[in-house]
Amino acid sequence: MADDFTIAPGAKPRLPRGVRLTHSEAQGGWVLLAPERIFKADAIAFEILRRCTGEATFDALVDDLARTFDAPRERIHADVTKLLAGLAEKKLLEL
Amino acid sequence: MAQARNRTKPLGLLAELTHRCPLGCPYCSNPLTLERREDELDTATWARVCLEAAELGVLQVHLSGGEPGSRRDLVEIAASARRAGLYTNLITSGVGITARTMRDLWEAGLDHVQLSIQDSDAVSADHIAGYKGAFQRKHALATEAVRLGLMLTINFVVHRANVDRIIEMVDLALALKASRIEIAHVQYYGWALKNRSALMPTREQVDRAVTSVEDLRRKHQGRIVIDAVLPDYHARFPKPCVGGWGRRSLNVTPSGKVLPCHAAESIPDLEFWNVRDRSLADIWASSPAFNAFRGTAYLPEPCTSCERREIDFGGCRCQAFLLTGDGRATDPVCHLSPDHDLVAKAAEIHTDAPYHYRR
Repeated sequence: MADDFTIAPGAKPRLPRGVRLTHSEAQGGWVLLAPERIFKADAIAFEILRRCTGEATFDALVDDLARTFDAPRERIHADVTKLLAGLAEKKLLEL
Repeated sequence: MAQARNRTKPLGLLAELTHRCPLGCPYCSNPLTLERREDELDTATWARVCLEAAELGVLQVHLSGGEPGSRRDLVEIAASARRAGLYTNLITSGVGITARTMRDLWEAGLDHVQLSIQDSDAVSADHIAGYKGAFQRKHALATEAVRLGLMLTINFVVHRANVDRIIEMVDLALALKASRIEIAHVQYYGWALKNRSALMPTREQVDRAVTSVEDLRRKHQGRIVIDAVLPDYHARFPKPCVGGWGRRSLNVTPSGKVLPCHAAESIPDLEFWNVRDRSLADIWASSPAFNAFRGTAYLPEPCTSCERREIDFGGCRCQAFLLTGDGRATDPVCHLSPDHDLVAKAAEIHTDAPYHYRR
């Protein structure tokens, strides 16, 4: 499923209304709130998700992360695809 | 155990704004003795409860009932919840909420709508709800919620009369553009326990339903999320009820009593504290009802030596009490419980009696 999932370079990932990234002191970090679900977002997931505003394209988002974290683009591309594909499959992300 | 007592923080608050409801579903999770309108908390107290819940670490609030739309101040309460930073979920029957209210809720920042539908067949749905025309009104509310851009979950409670129509239920949820569907087998407390033999599915129905849900998940992957609540009378192990007593969630009744789970009042002699008298933090940490079954130290065998002890916490306290008379007993749903016969026998009793509607 997530393995063979591809995201179009021009897609503009967006968290829909009803899916919110928020900071929780009690949980000691960022969490993604969704219908009947709470996901803890680690530092990497947070950096990806906060860029899913529906403005940046998938390509631009990957470029931005590769630059910001000085990491190989292919690696970032794979990580971002995995996270976003998993969320899209759960209907928690619009592409 | 004492150390672990206050370590966990609650994540969810079930806010039962009222017990009033136009429907009469025979499996309603409200207690047999419903709280009265004149005893309900006022708007300002609910706003305070939301703030205190957020301070305590709660992330999500479920505005429920009864039918929360029976309260005129529903929009104000939702707005308070949202201002407190809580993820705000509306659990509604869809009857009593107008298109106008839905729009006001959207403006107030509502995050999600969970709508119950009693069956995919309109006539059967209205019969189960005990309310003519309910099905049609639910349809209208779902349409309005989706039009506004709200995420929608459709909840179907399944039992002997409708469990054979799971495929049609999923089709209906897809047609209504829901992003999620819950197929929840009846849990036998309160009204449902009273109607148990009229609601109980057969073993064959349960097996078919489980297979059907798996097939539908594969078929509709990526289109709709299908969550299922298992039929615990037909299970081998009990459910980890509310994620463990006093571990993850709390429930405030219309009159302000704070319960570890919505059925907790079925266990006699528990002392519940009220938000009118104390803060939610104080209640969470020190209320006798919350501390009554925290941890697992009180559990008898076969739980004591069971490797699932920290997974299901011995199951549901309310069910243990309702079936064995002892709230500390192993949930008799567990096939290892010495009282498991009670469940096995009840699962075989099917009486086509008229429902005792919740009134």
